[in-house]
Amino acid sequence: MATDCPNIEIKHIENVTIIDLLDEEILEESTISDISESLFPVVDEANDIKLLLNFEKVKHFSSSALGMLIRLNQQVEEKEGQLKLCHIRKTLFEVFSITKLDRVFEIYASQEDAMASF
Amino acid sequence: MREYTMSSESHLELEIQSNYKRAKATEDDIVNQAQSLGYGEEDLFALRLALEEALANAIKHGNAGDNSKKVNIRYYVDKDRADIYISDEGIGFNPIDVPDPTTADKICIPNGRGILLMRAYMNIVEYSERGNTVHMVKLRSNP
Repeated sequence: MATDCPNIEIKHIENVTIIDLLDEEILEESTISDISESLFPVVDEANDIKLLLNFEKVKHFSSSALGMLIRLNQQVEEKEGQLKLCHIRKTLFEVFSITKLDRVFEIYASQEDAMASF
Repeated sequence: MREYTMSSESHLELEIQSNYKRAKATEDDIVNQAQSLGYGEEDLFALRLALEEALANAIKHGNAGDNSKKVNIRYYVDKDRADIYISDEGIGFNPIDVPDPTTADKICIPNGRGILLMRAYMNIVEYSERGNTVHMVKLRSNP
């Protein structure tokens, strides 16, 4: 069950499911695997989900973590949901920019801005 | 335990098993050395990301995830530069064969971004002819 995962915290505000990513570093395959195992069932269990990932605590991630986000986004789209990201620090936003994934994901400075966009 | 030897006048050398825990420990050693020499946050971020990608490639692709295979790391960090060689025991590859992951047909493929990021964050990224050794250099940025 997603709520048992130490890597994420799930909140429901209005009709948005907010996932706080708790790891400072999302680098290792084991961490990414743990997060995936918690996140993907959340999407699977819902139709038309409004999902917001909060990166406030994240300082580093790897290209494998980006791969996880891409797969998550694909699953959300298949279920006709929406996935947005927020609180991505400048150094990490540059990674999205270099990989041109800032054109794939909707990224907001704050949780409030992201919530308003749904 | 990681055993360090001097492989040249300046480079430390070690061999690790192909697992992420070992790789992360080595990554931390190198980044911590750079931090102790006064490298800034952006340089440290760049070093950590490039090391993470290169080591992951060596383990996952070069050594095909085989824990019995080794990754060899030689590195030198001083106040001006971090100079790193990472080798795996694989058959090698041609980096030219790795497609650009930013094109419209590849952008939504989950993998294939490691080398792009290494090249974006390091001043030099070059591969041996066989392709199983990568040499990376990060020049310390001016404050």
